[in-house]
Amino acid sequence: MAKKITILIVDDEESVRDSLNNWFLEDGYQVECAENAKKALQLIESTHYDIILADIKMPGMDGLEMLRRIKALKKEAIVIVMTAFATVDTAVMALKDGAYDYVTKPFDPDDLSHLIRNATKQITLSQENEILKIKVGSLENIEDLIGNSEAMRKVLKQVESVAQSNSSVIITGESGTGKELIARAIHSNSSRKYYPLVSVHCGALSESLLESELFGHEKGAFTGAIYNRKGRFEMADSGTIFLDEIATISSKMQIELLRVLETKSFVRVGGNKEISSDFRVICATNRDLKSMVEQGIFREDLYYRLNVVNITVPPLRDRIEDISLLVDYFIKKYCTTMNKQMITIDEAALRRMEAHPFPGNIRELENMIERAIVIGNGKKITLKDLPFGKDMIDNSIESLDDFEKTFIRQILNKYSWNISRTAKALKVDRVTLYNKIRKYDLKPDE
Amino acid sequence: MTSQNITIISFGYFEKHFLEKIGEAVKQEFNYPVNIKESHIDLSEFFDPARRQYNGNKLLKTVDDISIPGSLKTIGLFSVDLFIPILTYIFGQAYLNGRSGIASRYRLSNESYGMPADEDLMLTRLIKEVVHELGHTFGLIHCHVPDCVMRSSAYVEDIDQKGHSLCIRCRSEFGAVQ
Repeated sequence: MAKKITILIVDDEESVRDSLNNWFLEDGYQVECAENAKKALQLIESTHYDIILADIKMPGMDGLEMLRRIKALKKEAIVIVMTAFATVDTAVMALKDGAYDYVTKPFDPDDLSHLIRNATKQITLSQENEILKIKVGSLENIEDLIGNSEAMRKVLKQVESVAQSNSSVIITGESGTGKELIARAIHSNSSRKYYPLVSVHCGALSESLLESELFGHEKGAFTGAIYNRKGRFEMADSGTIFLDEIATISSKMQIELLRVLETKSFVRVGGNKEISSDFRVICATNRDLKSMVEQGIFREDLYYRLNVVNITVPPLRDRIEDISLLVDYFIKKYCTTMNKQMITIDEAALRRMEAHPFPGNIRELENMIERAIVIGNGKKITLKDLPFGKDMIDNSIESLDDFEKTFIRQILNKYSWNISRTAKALKVDRVTLYNKIRKYDLKPDE
Repeated sequence: MTSQNITIISFGYFEKHFLEKIGEAVKQEFNYPVNIKESHIDLSEFFDPARRQYNGNKLLKTVDDISIPGSLKTIGLFSVDLFIPILTYIFGQAYLNGRSGIASRYRLSNESYGMPADEDLMLTRLIKEVVHELGHTFGLIHCHVPDCVMRSSAYVEDIDQKGHSLCIRCRSEFGAVQ
């Protein structure tokens, strides 16, 4: 049941207090009365009232002075002032001092109902706003990005420092590393956080669709354009636009995008009116944009416009120490959403996961945990719940040499090609490892 | 059911069939026997010369002070223009969860709005107003269901739009206090 709206009536005339009290009780409000400003202020100090309805002309402290004191005590208080002697001056003064509204006694029953209904709506909106602010604040806290590894800590530090600026950001990283999550964290920690974060998956749309999606269109611009439609740049006004898979956009779109980024204005498809929008751009890609520029596939001027700050999200195999944290996180997430009892993972299963290269990165790990919770016994995730059976063996491996090559490469990548650490992990000496690297022609960029 | 009843007191002249119809509707809605009485009071002491209206708060108190043996709730019917200090007019009022209410037919008649008289329409409106005020005495507050008689009415058109009975929710609330 919704909380009752509380109203405090402040008037020196008993008949007015009684009438209002009666009227509001019949409307289902919770009402209290005070016969003077002094008593009202005492009540307000100790109790919260949603609406305060106060007479201006009262013996002792008048309603306007009381209004100022209430506002000093509680800035957000909704105070409606009433008077039987209406003058424009007092009305203006009351509104300047923060009164929500000003009414002249006696008023029509409908006016009173409207007044309270509007004030109630204002209260509900303020409350919703507060709740949403808290929700938005807690939605993508930097602390919520899972990772304690050196590599991830570096990323989080970058997110934190870049969030407050207005610079364009390119987030690079393999598929499934959480690039969109990083974009959300940047937005949620920026001054634009109360405005929208608009995501566009450029790779999923054809050139013409992407154009209409980004810039919007006017009615009749093309077959099927039966309404005027705002584009994503327009929707992102005061907020952030996140362009995922930016490397996939055509050269025509690259030119148009560059123009929008330079002028922060554009024209809807089929329209002729210039529309301005204040947005911040964050892009993401799993491709090497720099080499695309060198190959002439991606415009250099656009690259430099976008690449003010570059954040590289490390693949999961480069932050093995984060796997246990991520496993815990996804176990909690899926046990909660599936309404299952919290479970754990056994040591052998976790070790096996840490040895897995995770080509699909966090997305792959998440799916693995979700599957394990669905098919598992509901107590503990064990090796048999994980998809590391024979179907996981790489089909291209047909010899012992192939297997050795793949395995050494995996461990080398795991230790970022640190020869000493890799040799130690493989329990061979450094010379043997160098020989194997030479034999299999292994290279760091493979 | 107890032997208590609901008393309708007419102050001033009301046609007998009017009062009987109101009584029947009240009995049907609240399932209490209805006792219809006539009374006379000097209305001049309730008249406010500045507003040229009658003080609803004082009239309600007067009705509340009348002691009628066996009467659970009392509603006073008037034919004068009622006001309360903060409002320009009222159709009626009651003590929430109390014993008494008042209603006036003054602003319920078409003639008050420069339209031809319609006795049936006025009776329908008065029945709704009486049931509404009695509803308050049984603890019912204003209801948002468009058809419910407990919906708040600022204008006579609002009264015409709503029904003359309690909605399911108000009825169950009424049942709960019995």
